[in-house]
Amino acid sequence: MSDVLIILIKVVLALAWLLTLTLLMTWVERKESAVIQDRIGANRASILGLRLFGLFQPFADAIKMMFKEDFEPSFTRRFLHTLAPFLSFFCVAVTIAAIPFGPAVRLGDRIVTLQVADLEAGLPFVLAMLSLGIYGIVLSGWASNNRFALLGGMRGAAQLISYEVALGLSLVGLVLVYPSLRMSRIVEFQGGLLFGFLPKWGIVLQPLGFVVFFIAALAETKRVPFDLPEGESEIIGFYTEYSGLKWGLFMMTDFLEVIIVACLAVTFFFGGWQVPWLGPGGFRFPWGGEWALRGWIVVALQVLAFNIKVGLFCGFQVLIRWTYPRLRYDQLMDLGWKVLVPLGFLNLLGTGLLVSVWK
Amino acid sequence: MKSWGYLVEIVRGVLITTRHFLVNMFFHTVAFLGLKPRRPGAVTIQYPEKRKKLAGRHRSLHRLTRRENGLPRCVACLLCATVCPSECITVEAAEDPDPEVQKRPERFSIDLGRCCFCGLCVEACPEDAIRMDTGVIELAETRREALDYGLEDLLQ
Repeated sequence: MSDVLIILIKVVLALAWLLTLTLLMTWVERKESAVIQDRIGANRASILGLRLFGLFQPFADAIKMMFKEDFEPSFTRRFLHTLAPFLSFFCVAVTIAAIPFGPAVRLGDRIVTLQVADLEAGLPFVLAMLSLGIYGIVLSGWASNNRFALLGGMRGAAQLISYEVALGLSLVGLVLVYPSLRMSRIVEFQGGLLFGFLPKWGIVLQPLGFVVFFIAALAETKRVPFDLPEGESEIIGFYTEYSGLKWGLFMMTDFLEVIIVACLAVTFFFGGWQVPWLGPGGFRFPWGGEWALRGWIVVALQVLAFNIKVGLFCGFQVLIRWTYPRLRYDQLMDLGWKVLVPLGFLNLLGTGLLVSVWK
Repeated sequence: MKSWGYLVEIVRGVLITTRHFLVNMFFHTVAFLGLKPRRPGAVTIQYPEKRKKLAGRHRSLHRLTRRENGLPRCVACLLCATVCPSECITVEAAEDPDPEVQKRPERFSIDLGRCCFCGLCVEACPEDAIRMDTGVIELAETRREALDYGLEDLLQ
């Protein structure tokens, strides 16, 4: 009974974390883009005259979206049209289950992992769920019964499938280095030290793999350098026939994907919740110094470190979105198939050679 | 491949946006801490609270000037109504008891809904009776009729 309760609490907490961060991301996106472009950004939404740098803007947006008319053209395929946003939202949101937020914690006489589901195949699970998100896009394009929406959906499918290959390939090298597919094991392994002083983070062991992973993951988020499926400024995309809260779900999925990509990049390549040289007993510096800390302080530090890393990555993705123009379609495909996939294979080859020589 | 040459530019691009972000954030933080930054973090002027000083020759809402005795300077010569490209000025002349003046406007109205603020009426006026120097730029109304400014409105 209490096991079920613990899992339920974890599910609720993880979802709350994710959705709060999503709301926050819409604010970060606006403010960061504004600061980059020498503007101020949304700062007018206030409660009782309290503005808080426009932090209430996401709530105002959400309320507006809820009360907007949910217009559905008469020519849509009703059921699929409604299903599509939910499908794409669900497939992205469910991946948060596999992300480890912190180390296992001892609560009384039981050990609780700070992770909703510590799956044996956590890494393939995440990749599979992210791939399933394509169905939401293709379905929304097709169910809209609108040629341009369908074309947007097809562009999305072509883009996501080709980048899926590079994404998977970049992680194969990682699996060779960390001999596990379990997310918690991958993070634990990154707590070790290379040459006695360098943390064994993925970025150290797999720099090329990180570059391929990150570019492919950016394409997965369907944001500006790779936003061909939606192309909100010029070309017509897959959610043309959506309005109100259904459109809001697609929008939220975008931000969810940003957060999930940040979580994955941190978990695979930046040590997850690991802080350099921080073990269960406290800091143990390579130049020979120690700083003993209580167990719960260590856990709090590690969870905080995970959050800070994810926040930095989210900010970095916003920075990228507001820097680059969109790729043309053939350039996009070239980058995917002619650059990222060969680089992924090269990385795999190099990693395989190094691993076999090392042992 | 041809596009490899862009790799450097891609990195430079992200460095430019990062620099803008960091520099502006620095000035925002300095201002937030109550210190006096060298320049504001954004070029935005927070409009209803802060206003930009209008240029000296800025053309804003019209006004009709008066003589020393308080009567309008306008002699209803209709030059402004003639020159107006938007045809928004209507003047109705009447006889003035003063033999020096002879004509005065019985009615003078500017339909600001049509006015394009070109300032030709000011240029055309031989009596310096109409000027566009009030500095009033917030002229929005909810009804069209409210935009029809009469003699009394323009004389303030």
